[in-house]
Amino acid sequence: MSEFEYREPQITIHSDTREILANARRDIDRYNLRDYFIVDVDSHHVELDSWAEILEYVQDPVVRQVGKAMAANWPNARNLALSNHPPGLTMQDVGGRIPHQAQLAERVDAVDGEHPGSEHRDLTLVRRAMDSMGIAMQIVFPQPMLEVGLHPNPDIENQLIWAYNRWFTERILAQEPRVKSMLALPFNSPEGCLKTIREFGEKPGVVGFLITSQRQAPLFKNEYMPVYRELEERGLPFGFHAGPDYSVGKQMNRFISVHAMSFVTCNMVHLTNWIINGLPERFPKLKTVWIESGLAWLPFMMQRLDHEYLMRQSEAPLLKRLPSEYMQEMFYTSQPMEATNLKLLEATMDAIHAETQLMYASDWPHWDFDVPGRIAGLPFLSETAKRNILGETARKVFRL
Amino acid sequence: MVKDLASTTVGVFRVEGKLYAYENTCPHQGGPVCQGLLIPRVEEKLNASQGAEGFRFDESDPRLVCPWHGFEFSVKTGCHPGKAEIRLTQFEVEEEGELVYVRV
Repeated sequence: MSEFEYREPQITIHSDTREILANARRDIDRYNLRDYFIVDVDSHHVELDSWAEILEYVQDPVVRQVGKAMAANWPNARNLALSNHPPGLTMQDVGGRIPHQAQLAERVDAVDGEHPGSEHRDLTLVRRAMDSMGIAMQIVFPQPMLEVGLHPNPDIENQLIWAYNRWFTERILAQEPRVKSMLALPFNSPEGCLKTIREFGEKPGVVGFLITSQRQAPLFKNEYMPVYRELEERGLPFGFHAGPDYSVGKQMNRFISVHAMSFVTCNMVHLTNWIINGLPERFPKLKTVWIESGLAWLPFMMQRLDHEYLMRQSEAPLLKRLPSEYMQEMFYTSQPMEATNLKLLEATMDAIHAETQLMYASDWPHWDFDVPGRIAGLPFLSETAKRNILGETARKVFRL
Repeated sequence: MVKDLASTTVGVFRVEGKLYAYENTCPHQGGPVCQGLLIPRVEEKLNASQGAEGFRFDESDPRLVCPWHGFEFSVKTGCHPGKAEIRLTQFEVEEEGELVYVRV
C-alpha cells in the first residue's frame, strides 16, 4: 500500500503532445531506442490550421481572391476555402474517443523557453512528437490536402498544391533538418508535375514526390512517362499516399467500413496498374513507396496478381518475372500494421522482404498511429531487420 | 482519478459505488488508457424481425476508452468487449473512510 500523486485526469484536444505520448517515452528505455536511428516515413501536420497563410501563396491572383473571399465570407470556411475537405472525415475521432485525431489544440508559447522566436507552431508540435517517440527524423505530410486528387476543379487542385508546396518548403522544411517531406504532384497535369519536380526537387528537406492516391487519373498514360523519367534520373522516390474516399460510402454505411476498405483499394488500383503495365521494367531505378495502406493487402495482391498473370501473360508482355517479384523490390511503410495474428504478420513480412523493403511509419497524430515500439517489440524480427525497418532502410531510400 | 505510483500509473474509478483500479497502460500499444474518455457502452437495437433500429447508450456498462487508439474496456471487468483476452491489468483496491488504498 502506498500513496501517490495526481496526473492530468483526462487526455483532451487541449492536452500537450508530450503528455499524450508520455507512455511512448517509456518505450525508449524499454527497447533501448536511443541506440537506433529511427525515421518515421509517414506523419502529418494540420495544414488547415495555417490555411490563411497558405492561401496567400496561391499564385493565380483570381483564384487567390476567390479563396480569400470564401474564407472571409462563408461560415466555417476560414480554414477550408477552396479545398475539397470531405465532411465525413470528421468521423475519424470515433465521437471524441480519440482526441488527438480531431486536433492538437495544446498551448505553444514562444516565451516558454522551448523554441522562442518566430518558429511555426506546427514545427514545435512535430518536434514534441518526435522527441516523445525517440524519432530522429520525420517525413511529414499534410492531411486534407491528401484528398486533393478528388478535387472537382483540376485548376484549383494545381493552384493549391503549388501554394502548399511553396509554403511548406519555406515555412517548415527550411527551418528544421530533422523534418522531411515527399511533396504532392499535381497529377492531373503531367507538365505541372515536371514543373513541380524541377522547382522543388532540390529544396531543403524534399526527399521525394508523391501521388495522393485517391484519384481517377490512370498513371499508365504515356503523358506521365517524362514525369517518371525525371524522378528516376534525379534518384527521387515516388510515393503513393493512401486516403479515404467516401464515394465507397454509397455501398457502406459506417466510417469503420469506409476507412478499412478505401485506404487500401486506392493503392491496390495504382499498384496493379503500375505492375501490369510494366512500369518497373520501363523505369527500373525508380523507387516506389506505398504509404499508409498497412501490410495485410500485400500478400493478397502478390497471390492474386501472380495467379492471373500466369494464365494471361499476353496481357502484360512487358513483365519478365512474376508480379510478386516486382513487389519484393518496392518499398512499403508499416502503418497501420495489422498485428492481430502474428503468424500472418510474420508471413507477410517474409513475403515482402521486410528486412530490406519495409520502413517504419507512425502516422501521428492520426487515430491509428503506431509507436516505434510496435516494430521493436516484434518477437520474430532479427536485430538487423528491426534496425533496417526503424530507420536504416529509410536512410538509404531517401539518402538521409 | 489517475495517479503516478512508483514506476507505473494507476487509474481508480467508481461505478455504482464500487471502486476499480487499473494500470494506466493499454494492452494494445501502451497508451494511457485510464486518461481516456469514460462513456457508456453503445449497443445496437434490433426489432422483432432482426431489423436494425439504431444505436443507444447502455448506462449500466460504462466503458473506458484508450485515447491513443480507441480500444474500449468495460470498467466493471477490465476486458475488451470484442475479445475478452485483451484486458487491463487490474489492482486490488480498498476504501477506508476518505482514503483509497491500491495494492500494486
